[in-house]
Amino acid sequence: MKIILNGKETDLPFPTTAFALRDNAFAREDIVILNGFQLRKDAALSDGDTLFIIKKDVLPPREQLEAMMAARHTPHVHEKLKNAKVAIAGLGGLGSTIALALARIGVGRLLLVDYDIVEPSNLNRQNYEIADLGRYKTKALKDHIFRINPFIEVKTKTVRIVKEEVTELFSGYEILCEAFDDAGEKAMLVNTALKQLPEIKIVAASGLAGYDSSNLHKAEDEKLVHLRRRYQ
Amino acid sequence: MKVNGKDVPLDRSVSLASYLLNAGFDIDKVAVERNGMIETRENYGHTLLNDDDVLEIVWFVGGG
Repeated sequence: MKIILNGKETDLPFPTTAFALRDNAFAREDIVILNGFQLRKDAALSDGDTLFIIKKDVLPPREQLEAMMAARHTPHVHEKLKNAKVAIAGLGGLGSTIALALARIGVGRLLLVDYDIVEPSNLNRQNYEIADLGRYKTKALKDHIFRINPFIEVKTKTVRIVKEEVTELFSGYEILCEAFDDAGEKAMLVNTALKQLPEIKIVAASGLAGYDSSNLHKAEDEKLVHLRRRYQ
Repeated sequence: MKVNGKDVPLDRSVSLASYLLNAGFDIDKVAVERNGMIETRENYGHTLLNDDDVLEIVWFVGGG
């Protein structure tokens, strides 16, 4: 029986269980992760299983990290996400949150676009820290992403997006997230991309500001729009 | 014609630009789909609307 143990293909000469393997070769208090999920109860091992045995409070070696993150996904899901290409226009409350969420789940190629710097007024909702104040959002966010998932490719463009440059900036990306603040710029980006980038899928947002009870939301008021490409 | 799923009477043929203005939309903040196709902003002025047109208008509100 062959399993992947801590990232390496390993031959097991006889049927055994995850905990028996741990007790034999590792320490009893070590954490056992079978096919992406931490084991609370012992389980028999089957051919093709992916098993990680890790020490508590010790950073796993870098070469094992990505395999461990991948093991959490259903087979092929990790690869699909890793091959995806997503661009994020605007790195405020929406954009910085979108970027980190996509990075955490393992979307492999991200483009971050914003011209602005981090200001104290951003800290109440945007994913930046005191140490980021005054830095370009593109650079600060790229650093945060690297500390969460160093296995993805992050490109940044510190520019104010103008109509004439939309096509060049975003061509080749599968998905464009419009996360601007200003309504006029939202309309400009969505109109231009819908017209000039026939293959791209656009996720745009509208009216996501302020605060009130979330119970006041009604389906008909939902302002997240998903504009589907239509061909002309 | 139909605008965002609702029937809207059209007394005479008007341009998309004047329809949007009269209906209170801010032309700089909308995206308009007419009969399943995106209208470019430059065309709003000379696109004439007909009774059987189906419009989807998204009016962006700020915040991000």
